[in-house]
Amino acid sequence: MISQLTRDERSSAMILCALLTLFGLALGIVGRDDVLGWHGALLAFAGLALLFVVMRGYYDPNPDPDRITKYYDDPTKVGVIVSMMWLVFATFVGDWVAWLLVYPELTFDAGWSSFGRLRPVHTTGVIFGFGGNALIATSFHVLQRTSRARLAGNLSPWVVLIGFNLFCLMAVTGYMLGITASKEYAEPEWYADIFLVVVWVTYFALYIRTLARRQEPHIYVANWYFLAFILVVAILHIVNNLAVPVSLAHAKSYSLFSGVQDAMTQWWYGHNAVAFFLTSGFLGMLYYYLPRRAGRPIFSYRMSIISFWGITFLYMWAGSHHLHYTALPHWVQTLGMTFSIVLVVPSWASAGNALLTLNGAWEKVRDDATLRFMFVAAVFYGLSTFEGSFMAIRPVNSLSHYTDWTVGHVHAGALGWVAMITFGAFYTLVPMLWNRERMYSSRLIEAHFWLALSGTVIYVFAMWNSGIVQGLMWRAYAEDGTLAYSFIDSLNEMIPYYFARAVGGFLFFLGGVIGLYNIWMTTRMPALEDPPVYDLPPVFETEPAE
Amino acid sequence: MEFDHNFFVGFAKSYGLFYMMAFFFGAVVYAYWPANQEKFDQAAKSILDEDEGAQK
Ligand code: HEM
Ligand SMILES: [Fe+2]
Repeated sequence: MISQLTRDERSSAMILCALLTLFGLALGIVGRDDVLGWHGALLAFAGLALLFVVMRGYYDPNPDPDRITKYYDDPTKVGVIVSMMWLVFATFVGDWVAWLLVYPELTFDAGWSSFGRLRPVHTTGVIFGFGGNALIATSFHVLQRTSRARLAGNLSPWVVLIGFNLFCLMAVTGYMLGITASKEYAEPEWYADIFLVVVWVTYFALYIRTLARRQEPHIYVANWYFLAFILVVAILHIVNNLAVPVSLAHAKSYSLFSGVQDAMTQWWYGHNAVAFFLTSGFLGMLYYYLPRRAGRPIFSYRMSIISFWGITFLYMWAGSHHLHYTALPHWVQTLGMTFSIVLVVPSWASAGNALLTLNGAWEKVRDDATLRFMFVAAVFYGLSTFEGSFMAIRPVNSLSHYTDWTVGHVHAGALGWVAMITFGAFYTLVPMLWNRERMYSSRLIEAHFWLALSGTVIYVFAMWNSGIVQGLMWRAYAEDGTLAYSFIDSLNEMIPYYFARAVGGFLFFLGGVIGLYNIWMTTRMPALEDPPVYDLPPVFETEPAE
Repeated sequence: MEFDHNFFVGFAKSYGLFYMMAFFFGAVVYAYWPANQEKFDQAAKSILDEDEGAQK
């Protein structure tokens, strides 16, 4: 890691580490009477540890000057492994939370392990820890290969990767300490939010600067999706987290918005987090790794462009489908509903494009579990977007809202689409990155595939069932016009479904453990005799800026 | 002119439609512009002819 940096870059790295330590110390000192102090200590400690790492390698010889004629894949390698570690951790917590709903006593009487704290640990861990690292890692890889240019910087990719993971760490440890801004998927407090803005702007600048030195005249469509992900997430994050801290010495802050405006801003954010964090970037992955693995160009490049603009424009307006039957003006609900329904068109265009790319290569899909992961991902993408558009219809939402149907929908998307496409991309990417002939074990990929698929199917079916049962029980009236069931009645009905869900979740978790093991063992296999050509095309002459 | 609720509803229901349709047509025209065809075909194939540990 350090050996790839020049002496100057090592000095800059030390300055950054020192700044991080000072920032952590400052937070820790002013916030010593508050939970904020813990996060100050965390950052200061991380800064010191990183400083130590850089110092240890400081006097190593300068890197080979030729390195600028090669792609820079170290950050991608670290990102892949870290992403899988987050997956194992966060799905473990997820399954714990699932068992909590069956056996509430599994909190062991501690505050930090209560349902309300562990649930965001799970959601943040999977969405940002697993998904975010996967997006950063694959975006760096795809960006360089499709631009035929090296990353525009040797230090900034590490700032992005390490900074992002520190943000995730602050988030999950914060929940267990009781810190939350109470906005779903945006729970971290003001100081962590500001920290993420710095990291994210670095990411955006790095992406743009690398694109600017591309050797290809046309920017391959996968980059459009990654870029939309980076840009829109920046906008969403900044606007939704506008808040005033009670004081600089306290973690607590209050949102700038209130009442229904607050709700609308939050679900404009929440829905577009689904669109641009959980969809756009992963479509970028799909448009690169699926054609590569299948050995066939994308079925219709034009369709990928039209669906890009379709998805990017329509998603923006659909957030109000999370606020049906609320104080939100009726026409805004209708607007969100309408855009959600139209949204199924570009979504299905993308899913169809992926499936049509595989049309004619079905024997590969049958034989190759890696490609099969991506195939299943496209199917679940089609399924969950159809379901989402359906649930956005107001009367349908009156049945599904507040029930486990939503949870089923989420996991068809998150397990079936987001995680599956990531596994397919990783199993394609890892042998390339480490220059291995293949993954350590194809039987383990096969095992992972079936565990992940059966886990997802069990999960989704359990939640569909429990959701519909809940929805119907809550709207059932007795003959005298009173509600037929109490809430507790419906809760008791849920027990078998919650049990099944926890079992399905465990299978999915197990698959993740196998995946991490398989990837780790691949990195320990002997490298290929003649390495593939990692060099950039010879036209490359620009000096890296850093 | 007052920037009240009705104004924004009116705006969304009129100009909103036109600018979004214009954007949609713009994207379609770009995608189907005959001169772009070759560029797109090349882009679609470009990711396959990389010498990096060829995948079977
Ligand atoms: C056409 C695309 C989609 C539409 C129109 C859509 C629509 C919806 C609707 C109507 C809800 C329920 C809102 C409620 O009643 O509270 C919902 C919830 C949710 N959806 Fe989707 N969905 C789509 C795709 C996806 C995908 C692909 C994913 C995951 C990758 C996803 C993740 C989620 C999440 C996380 C929630 C839960 C939000 C919460 O915490 O309440 N959606 N979606
Ligand atoms: Fe949504």
